[in-house]
Amino acid sequence: MEQTQSQWVSIHPLIVRITHWINALAILVMVTSGWRIYNASPLFPFRIPSEITLGGWLAGALQWHFAAMWLLVINGIVYVIYGIVSGHFRRKLFPITPAAVLRDVRDALRGKLAHQDLSMYNAAQRAAYLAILLCLVVLVVTGLVIWKPVQFYPIGQFIGDYEGARILHFFAMALMVLIVLVHIVMVILVPRTFPTMLTGRTRRAT
Amino acid sequence: MKKRTMETSLAAQSPKLVRSVERRLFLRQGLSLGALAMLSGCNLTDEESVQKLLTSMSRWNDGFQGLIFSKTRLAPEFPESAITKPFPFNAFYTEDEVTYVDGKTYKLELAGMIRDKKPWTLPELYSLPQTSQITRHICVEGWSAIGKWGGVRFSDFLARIGADTTAKYIGFDCADDYSTSIDMATALHPQTLLTFRFADQILPAKYGFPMKLRIPTKLGFKNPKHIVAMTVTNEYPGGYWEDQGYNWFSGS
Repeated sequence: MEQTQSQWVSIHPLIVRITHWINALAILVMVTSGWRIYNASPLFPFRIPSEITLGGWLAGALQWHFAAMWLLVINGIVYVIYGIVSGHFRRKLFPITPAAVLRDVRDALRGKLAHQDLSMYNAAQRAAYLAILLCLVVLVVTGLVIWKPVQFYPIGQFIGDYEGARILHFFAMALMVLIVLVHIVMVILVPRTFPTMLTGRTRRAT
Repeated sequence: MKKRTMETSLAAQSPKLVRSVERRLFLRQGLSLGALAMLSGCNLTDEESVQKLLTSMSRWNDGFQGLIFSKTRLAPEFPESAITKPFPFNAFYTEDEVTYVDGKTYKLELAGMIRDKKPWTLPELYSLPQTSQITRHICVEGWSAIGKWGGVRFSDFLARIGADTTAKYIGFDCADDYSTSIDMATALHPQTLLTFRFADQILPAKYGFPMKLRIPTKLGFKNPKHIVAMTVTNEYPGGYWEDQGYNWFSGS
């Protein structure tokens, strides 16, 4: 084997790693308790299997949901402020063009998408991470309208009030869960990305 | 049709829940933690501290909701054409177990920080100036329905009986053994009505004869039916669902 020079480089700042894992926990709690809440009065003709829900019954699920929302929102505010102020978003998530996203998604489906340099996100990743961020913004806004349709009516009036917000909240959840599942599959396919999100470091050839 | 099934889900479960409080508590805590342990892949041994944390977060949310509650912002009102028919029945029991109150002997008892605690008969209550509203009832389960209620503005009634409106809470006891309590700011909200009529008729038994407190700025379970007594107090009165873990403020 060729002797390749390599060194550890830090690619994920500590604050990104911390907010990533807090976000993962908050989303896990929000989604699984949300499914239990959905089951109390399903919008569509199906229920979520209660084995994968959190809370045990409606009151328990509501307690989890309205406790974890603070974790999600406070953590999200820290992440977004950091992302904007530090230039993290600008550097990592942009530029992004529809053509580049399509090309990368096509390559990924053919198993040809390379992800050698973990410090650079390809266009498919950028699109996915931006979409999760957008889903979360929609989830928070529609969630506020569902929680407080009278107090947040100034927002609710634009999204079909309480009932409109319920439907949007559900679809934003469904889209986010789908993207998260793809994200997890990708991590399984490129396993060295996982320890990097814990330690922040990766080995790079020099 | 969807509303029928949704509305019965709580009612159908509830008698069982009521009959075996122990079992429910066990299930509630057991399942929450079981689910969390499974999902997070860690073994939570101290489930009591988790429940304590969730309860204190719920208290924190009570405070936050009180803070953002606007005394002047009104719940949307709707035209007659928007009224949901039939309006769903919902309680902690099924429709065939509805309580029938005798209007002839009925008296509303008053207690606590109230100047004039004289009980009120139905004819006396009916003779007060009446108003009506068409508003949306939102259930904690998620469904909503629009109905028309008529009655006395609650703030007017509180002024008439000389209630101390600096008190924190008003608690309600009901003929069907239900109970709940609300904050004073919501009690004084202009859309909070002590109602005796539904859809321009005397309130039928299933919707809470003789009297339901209609609060369009709160979830449905904060709208007590069959009220027989109310107490103005600074001591937290709790309530039927609140004592089991539903959020107390539950404002809209």
